Amino acid sequence: MSIMDHNGGSVIAMVGKDCVAIASDLRLGNQALGISSNFQRVFGITDRIYLGLPGLATDVNTLRERFRFRVNMYTIKEEREIEPEAFAHLVSSTLYEHRFGPYFIEPVIAGLSKTPTGGIRPFIAATDLIGCINFAKDFVVSGTASSKLFGVAEGLWEPDLEPEDLFETISQTLLNAVDRDAFSGWGAVVHVITKDKVITRKLKARMD
Amino acid sequence: METSFALTGKGYVIVAADTTSARSIVKMKNDEDKIKTVSPHLLMSYSGEPGDTVQFAEYIERNLRLYQIRNLYPLRPSAAASWIRRSLAESLRSRSPYSVNLLVGGYDTSTHEPKLYWIDYLGTVSEVPFAAHGYGSYFVLSLLDRYHDPEAPLEEGLATLKRCIQEVSKRLIVSPEKYKVKVVDKDGVREVEL
Repeated sequence: MSIMDHNGGSVIAMVGKDCVAIASDLRLGNQALGISSNFQRVFGITDRIYLGLPGLATDVNTLRERFRFRVNMYTIKEEREIEPEAFAHLVSSTLYEHRFGPYFIEPVIAGLSKTPTGGIRPFIAATDLIGCINFAKDFVVSGTASSKLFGVAEGLWEPDLEPEDLFETISQTLLNAVDRDAFSGWGAVVHVITKDKVITRKLKARMD
Repeated sequence: METSFALTGKGYVIVAADTTSARSIVKMKNDEDKIKTVSPHLLMSYSGEPGDTVQFAEYIERNLRLYQIRNLYPLRPSAAASWIRRSLAESLRSRSPYSVNLLVGGYDTSTHEPKLYWIDYLGTVSEVPFAAHGYGSYFVLSLLDRYHDPEAPLEEGLATLKRCIQEVSKRLIVSPEKYKVKVVDKDGVREVEL
């Protein structure tokens, strides 16, 4: 059994029309034994960037603290909020710093970035545990149910979904994928990031 | 084998841990107190590698005391749990990691809420309504899923705890015979006899 699967958990992010969504399950396990059904692994970085940290739970906490520190330092030095692209590279370099003794986390980043014309553009990305970034135009998946999430997302996702439709798509994708994974599930949380607000909803899921 | 569990109720947390001190297959002692009172409203049960456990627990105990002396108020349960987690997480990637599993139960005197944290040797923390460590956890957690009530008065909480202990002694081959049980609530910490 890999250390990556020790605690379980999965995250997915999807692009919509002028919006992005990020969703995660809420299980914390110790191998096959369930410990908590309310373990948050998706965190708000700024008002428009959310970060999902599936993998080893101790590193979820450690990296969250690290990113909070580094984003705060960035905000103070630059006197502006960090953009999703820059944040993705910050995540990547933080992980690569530990190339030969990595944090066992494969992060997912979802956010809205500003265009030069003053508009907004959805942004999603995922990295592996040593910080290799995968920029995607449609969706990214990570965690113990990632193989299942790929399949369901491939079938359900379509371009230019409005926030409410994107919510439905990402929720169904996550729920149906984690039901086929013993290490993920036990509740779920979805964040849909739009231009003027973030919609956060907890989902009722199968508790077995 | 070592077993510890804890549960929250209406305004209190109960923490229980077995009292055996074992070396391989031999019981060396059966009156070991494995629950430390780390601050006036905070209990911590510890299990794991013998030697590491006491060393780490005392390190935590003295540092939380030092904080209280310097600041004239103790750390709240959530802050204490975060600090303990960080100590373990830093230790994990050091040359000699502590191999200690903890249950941190406390009463937050500011919000008047009972708090319980499940912490393992990796530095994983989770705030939970009930928790367990060791082989007993495989039996106790499912039992608590059925019987735990976060609004139960102390008597009911202790009754649920007794069911847990009974279940462990019934089903676990290497079950401990004696437990120490401590309660933390608005009045502080006290030991209870079952």
